[in-house]
Amino acid sequence: MSRTVAAIVASIAGLVMVLTAFVQPLGFLGSAVVDWFNVLAAIAFVLGGANLLKMNLMKISAREAGWGYSAVTLAAFLLTLAVGILKVGVHPDALHPNVAFSGDKEAVGAPFWWLYEYAMSPITSTLFALLAFYVASAAFRAFRAKNTAAILLLGTAFIVLLGRVYVGVLITSWIPADNAWVAWLRLENLSSIIMSVFNNAGTRAMMIGIAIGVAATSLKILVGLDRSYLGQGD
Amino acid sequence: MASNPHNSDARHGTFLSRLDSIDRRWIFLMMALAVAGPIIWVGITGKTFPETPTPAVQGAFDAIERLPEGSRVLVSFDFDPASAGELQPMATAIIHHCAMRKLRICGMTLWAPGGPLIGATFTDVIGNDPSYVYGVNFVDLGYQAGNEGVMKQVGTDFPRAFPSDARSTPFAQVPMLKDIHKLTDFDLLVSVSAGYPGSKEWIQYGVSPTMTGGKPLPFVAGATGVQTPQLIPYYPGQMAGVLGAIKGAAEYESLVNTKLRSMDSGKPIAPKFQEAQRRMAPQLVAHVLMVGLIVVGNVIYFAGRRKGAHV
Amino acid sequence: MSTMGSTGSPLNDPAVARRAHRMMLAVLAVIGVLLVVRSYIGTTVGTGEAARNTHGFGMVYVERAEQGFVSERVTETGKDGVAVEVTKWKPVTPGQTPEISWTNWNETTGDAWATASMKDAAQSSIEVSWSRTVGVWAAALLTLCVFSFLWRDNPAYKLAESVVIGVSAGYWMVVALWDTMVPKLVGALAPAWTKANLMPSFDAVGVDWWALVPLGLGLLLLCRLSARASWLGVFPLAFIVGTFAGLKFVQYVEADLVAQVATMFDPLLVVKHQAALGADAATVAASPIDWAGSVGGSLAAILILVGVLSVLAYFFFSAEHKGALGRTAKVGVWYLMITFGASFGFTVMGRIALLAARFEFVFDDWLWLIDPAGKH
Repeated sequence: MSRTVAAIVASIAGLVMVLTAFVQPLGFLGSAVVDWFNVLAAIAFVLGGANLLKMNLMKISAREAGWGYSAVTLAAFLLTLAVGILKVGVHPDALHPNVAFSGDKEAVGAPFWWLYEYAMSPITSTLFALLAFYVASAAFRAFRAKNTAAILLLGTAFIVLLGRVYVGVLITSWIPADNAWVAWLRLENLSSIIMSVFNNAGTRAMMIGIAIGVAATSLKILVGLDRSYLGQGD
Repeated sequence: MASNPHNSDARHGTFLSRLDSIDRRWIFLMMALAVAGPIIWVGITGKTFPETPTPAVQGAFDAIERLPEGSRVLVSFDFDPASAGELQPMATAIIHHCAMRKLRICGMTLWAPGGPLIGATFTDVIGNDPSYVYGVNFVDLGYQAGNEGVMKQVGTDFPRAFPSDARSTPFAQVPMLKDIHKLTDFDLLVSVSAGYPGSKEWIQYGVSPTMTGGKPLPFVAGATGVQTPQLIPYYPGQMAGVLGAIKGAAEYESLVNTKLRSMDSGKPIAPKFQEAQRRMAPQLVAHVLMVGLIVVGNVIYFAGRRKGAHV
Repeated sequence: MSTMGSTGSPLNDPAVARRAHRMMLAVLAVIGVLLVVRSYIGTTVGTGEAARNTHGFGMVYVERAEQGFVSERVTETGKDGVAVEVTKWKPVTPGQTPEISWTNWNETTGDAWATASMKDAAQSSIEVSWSRTVGVWAAALLTLCVFSFLWRDNPAYKLAESVVIGVSAGYWMVVALWDTMVPKLVGALAPAWTKANLMPSFDAVGVDWWALVPLGLGLLLLCRLSARASWLGVFPLAFIVGTFAGLKFVQYVEADLVAQVATMFDPLLVVKHQAALGADAATVAASPIDWAGSVGGSLAAILILVGVLSVLAYFFFSAEHKGALGRTAKVGVWYLMITFGASFGFTVMGRIALLAARFEFVFDDWLWLIDPAGKH
């Protein structure tokens, strides 16, 4: 019964969104549904935070291996939450200096800004940057020209990697740039052609396929045929 | 031993097999040196490589060049400091170009960490220029939560999506926004994006609805290396141009700086307007290293396969 | 990321582990000594007469900016046409005593500090910001902690990982609260109170009782924390999924399906006229048609059409890939390999740019070894 009601809720919400695209006067409904969606997404963050608190507290109280790191996580979480919610050190807005909470929570110099700028941002950026090393290692160990497909992939990678930097310009600088019949063979031009022709075709086809897939899956959800998102139940 | 005809094969095979089983931390070290070395070299010498713009970047440049003075440009800073390495130079170059063309610039973002970046970019590029007045020539609308919801809303009711600017001035009281009611009241939309929500969503929710009847909204995108191949199919149908990765940023910077030199000959270009071009040096060395690693890896593979066939 | 170690490395051997541990300590000691030497060497800030050497690095200078406000009563006409007296705040003018004031600290350069100190050694308008300097050092050390994972998994990396998990979770919760829940929930249900105490720029039109719907759904969502009541969370989940499905359905069909298919209806035979390309009169007279451009454009259009159709044929799994369909699908695979090769190239470019940005931070903002943008 609850799954049926939930499926009806999903259908109504989705159909409202589809209708607002075709019936302009219903635009206000679409805005309202989107606002509700955003509030729910925000509350989902609260759910996530509460879950983080629960899991780490359990780990600390059970003194599991690595519980010290859980303590660090919790301390960082609670500190960020406190300075952010209370807007500690944030000056009020210049137009309303009498309202203590009117300032921007990410005001430069405030503790919340400090935590983002000097803790969260550098660690996140560095985690992304680590991938450059793993890409190099994977390229050495795994990229083998074993068959036609692999040769095509590697050849394209070479052209793009070299064509997008100055060394590619140097390697084929002997090919005249003003002769359109041969200029396309210069690495930087080949790289452009690969992107605008072959990558364009491949990505376009994948986009069309994905769009058809999204349309089919969305329709199945909207008409209630697909209820897998509701999990197992009655 | 010296006359053993198989010695050279054994030494050759041993060398290749040692290379094949090399600790990957040596490869990490090579990559670190390939990036760190050129950064220090460029930092000391200030040298950069020449850049030739590709059609997609030229298209982006021309889209801004075509706008008459006083046109309104909406720039969406859809990235965070983690992606600023690739995207901040693009954003700086675009704001710089718009300021050179005396266009009216409206900055906004759909990424919470992107809010401070708008103000920082305006301060960096415009600074205390008396000819560029906040509210009249440029405005910072700040961050608005809601992702695609905001994109849909600005298409029909811009002031409802952004009731005030980042300084809490009501939308209707900002001089340059007085007659802005919807997205198509702007003359150009620019999105510098690191992911979701970003350029793809702007095309889906902001640009595509304007393509059928009425006034199509010109759109220029700046994207990270990971996102760029996914945006190419939209060019040139739904986008006037695209700046792809740090290379696209360097090409665009080069175009803007060439124009600046022609307007103000003899004056050196400030280093802050050459950030992407400086970052191309580590790209060059690292790319050559990548190609080298792939080639060596394949040499080892094929040599090992041939040796296996002979045995 | 799984636990690392060099390939085939016998790290379980205690002697090898001890040697690796000693080597790690030796590397850390060398880095420490280098940092001390760097600090001793110092950096020159300021130019000309103002130049001075600071025995340190990674420092952030800030400039004081006082802000003060005074209030005044003004008469305004409200939306209902009734004149009301309200209190407005404006920046204090010279000679006035501010009713509310605070100090802003704006980042500046070491050169500015050197110049100000030269004029007045006791000046306090530009000084070192210790909180931001500690921040730069913390960011640099956390960066090195994350990079240490390249050696192998270690407590320093785990510490950085724990910090980022905690701070990220807190950050996004705060953003969700202030940027969504306050305006759209608290503001909708208590607009006057929100405007008076939290968001003065909030447009308080009246209580929106419909906001109780997302509040109710949100409370149901929080029931997922309880094992017994978690089934209640299925309703808000259904709402989220349904809304998303409806939103994406229209936009994907419009932008990714219809628009992309429409783009395919471009001419396959392209003729480019020199005059239309802006060529000079002599070039147009010699050859009115740009043959190279026309052949190139036509070839590109044909290749794109063949590519899209062959890749779509590859993804069509309702029929077996044999015969004509099989051969077409094979061509599709070749196009896909080229696409993936191009994606790989761009991904490498992107990751290296991020790595370069981190190294720039370490060498520029922290170690002060380079200063390409003239920041200090």
